[in-house]
Amino acid sequence: MTPKLRTPTLFAVMALLLAAVGVGQSWVVSLSILNLCLISAIMALGLNMQWGYAGLLNVGVMGFAALGGLAGVLVSEAPVGEAWAAGGDGLGFALLIVVGVALLIVLLRRFLRKGPLRTAATALLLVAGFFLARKFFDPAVESIERIDSTTTGYLGGAGLPIILSWAVGGLLAAGAAWLIGKVALGLRTDYFAIATLGIAEIVITVIKNEDWLGRGVKNVTGLDRPVPYEIDLQASPWFLDLVQWLGTDAIAGSSIFVKLCYAVLFALVLIAVVWLAERALNSPWGRMMRAIRDNEDAAAAMGKDVTRRHMQIFVLGAAVMGIAGAMLTTLDGQFTPGSYQPLRFTFLVWVMVIVGGSGNNWGAVLGGFLIWFLWVEAEPAAFWLMDAITAGLPEDNTLRAHLLDSAAYMRLIVIGLILLVVMRFSPRGIIPERRGR
Amino acid sequence: MTDVANAIVLLTNFVIVPGVAYGSQLALGALGVTLVFGILRFANFAHGDVMAFGTMVALLTTWWFQGMGVGIAPLPTALIALPFGIVAAVAFNLSADRVVFRFYRRRKSPPVILLIASVGVMFALQGIVRFIIGPDDRRLADGARFIIKASEFKAATGLKEGLAIKLSQGLTVVVTAIAVTALFWFLHRTRAGKAMRAYSDNEDLALLSGVSPDRVVLYAWLIAGTLAAVAGTMYGIDKSFKPFTYFQLLLPIFASAILGGIGHPIGAVVGGFIVALSETAVTYAYKKFLRYLLPESWEPSGLMQLLSTDYKLAISFVILVVVLLVRPTGIFRGRVLS
Repeated sequence: MTPKLRTPTLFAVMALLLAAVGVGQSWVVSLSILNLCLISAIMALGLNMQWGYAGLLNVGVMGFAALGGLAGVLVSEAPVGEAWAAGGDGLGFALLIVVGVALLIVLLRRFLRKGPLRTAATALLLVAGFFLARKFFDPAVESIERIDSTTTGYLGGAGLPIILSWAVGGLLAAGAAWLIGKVALGLRTDYFAIATLGIAEIVITVIKNEDWLGRGVKNVTGLDRPVPYEIDLQASPWFLDLVQWLGTDAIAGSSIFVKLCYAVLFALVLIAVVWLAERALNSPWGRMMRAIRDNEDAAAAMGKDVTRRHMQIFVLGAAVMGIAGAMLTTLDGQFTPGSYQPLRFTFLVWVMVIVGGSGNNWGAVLGGFLIWFLWVEAEPAAFWLMDAITAGLPEDNTLRAHLLDSAAYMRLIVIGLILLVVMRFSPRGIIPERRGR
Repeated sequence: MTDVANAIVLLTNFVIVPGVAYGSQLALGALGVTLVFGILRFANFAHGDVMAFGTMVALLTTWWFQGMGVGIAPLPTALIALPFGIVAAVAFNLSADRVVFRFYRRRKSPPVILLIASVGVMFALQGIVRFIIGPDDRRLADGARFIIKASEFKAATGLKEGLAIKLSQGLTVVVTAIAVTALFWFLHRTRAGKAMRAYSDNEDLALLSGVSPDRVVLYAWLIAGTLAAVAGTMYGIDKSFKPFTYFQLLLPIFASAILGGIGHPIGAVVGGFIVALSETAVTYAYKKFLRYLLPESWEPSGLMQLLSTDYKLAISFVILVVVLLVRPTGIFRGRVLS
């Protein structure tokens, strides 16, 4: 098959798979898979920028996705006035101290020469700053978290429509990426991987434990929605007319309608990101990125600033991951820091990019769709398989019960095997990067 | 004087004893990671789950022994089940190498490819472990609980603070000491061990001198599997066995290996202890400790805790990042390949 035909064919197959779920299971299931496929595709595009264009082994996708999710809370929730009054000043003061100390350290390091004196002065400033900031921070946090802790106990958000959080989430993740990049980008590949893995874990720990910020593990539920509620739809005459005209019932119809609304919004974002990413990849900038990835020394010799370009792509990729993270929180309607696990939010996205085809945007999109689809559908498939294998055994057989209980974990084995098989037999992915332009 | 003794006992009981036990477990894990890195040149993301796999087999064997009434009380039954865990972990490592890693090694793929392949192995292995034993928290320890009980210590010394050492903590340290000694004896005194060190130091030169690469790689997986099963089982006896926890252990283990200088065995051991002790030391509340040492009027009002215990995991990474920035080779100058 010519490469030109290959991509549309593969996407058509993907559409058929989703349609098969719609017919075989239900359209509600099919559409909820589709919505997460769209988000996964955007996340994979973000990682593809970092790994596929520039060869940055970022194993901290989870952190950026979580920061995006946090933006959902910070933008859409109503501000808690009492909490601001109780602890806002203290927090602001602590923040000022942190910024002040950071500036002092930067200045100090600029003026003092490298040596034991500079190290000692930096360490001293760090320790002093830490305790000074804690002095204002701790009481402020305590008084914020005391206010109505069963329902709020945090500062709340800005009270704006949640759709704005997609942009804010991108900015938040980009800002974090800039800071992380400053620290970690100079490291060699595998150290960079381990450092980002750790930093993502730190980000999650902070979000989980700093209750004043986003309620931590107490979760924020019932977030604002960019689309209508099912109940409102079921009560509105135009929708009832529509349902009657289509010949379905109102409850199933409203659920499908809401999911379709989300799908349209997500698809618009995906199209925008793909369009921008393709433009960037095919521009002189994209060629430069690939040149740096393939031979850093040669690119540096040609006068390309490798460190700055790495920073640029790291921040851009993280912003895309942050957008996807905010979209995910929007879809869920809640922010649950406990649900961020590296396997689901970092390594699964990696599998998407590698299987889809690193360096190719369409590959990353297809990888996002396909891997998410398999991740979800492996469970019912495994259950059906186990049921078929053990059909001869009586209902209460221990082995049968154990196999049926454990069927859910087949998805991990399936994803691992797919990654290994694709790496072995099609190392450049299902839709390989186009070379020689 | 008794105040000082009380303060020291307090610190030993809550910081040093748990820190040393945890440090031993990290050291064993980090040794496995560092050896694979030294020989195969990639960070093995599946190592935490190999630990879980070995521990799972040890746990299943323990149940089997317990069912038959076989035991070595007062020591935990898991100790005689450990060889089965070791065999399982080694068998897994060798078959993973045969099926996955050997292909890339022969093609001389860049280490990053092996790293990503190890992510695939990690996924599959997590699935296998959960498929067999499920994701729940399970206990491995049986037999006696303590070597020294807090009440006995108080009675014997007449101090206000008690010192308790759990049997599992003592065992962990002893087993680690045996494993580390055996490993160093192997690396420095035997032909195969010397070949491994030579290969790790300079691959081409070792090959020229007639070192068989396949043999060296075989040993590396063998030792890494053994250490993984031992580390996992000791951690399980000391705390409990939960597959997800073992995956999370990967983070402090990597931190220990890099802190000590990756590819450097002594570094891995030292790194393990530094990471573990700083985790317990930074999250300990020093209020009581200071009350013993300071005059009454200086008594601190807060808990005097640097960071809440929730940040345990984060500490190893702060250390890691600082080390990477200040001294990228680690304490013992591990290899830095570009």
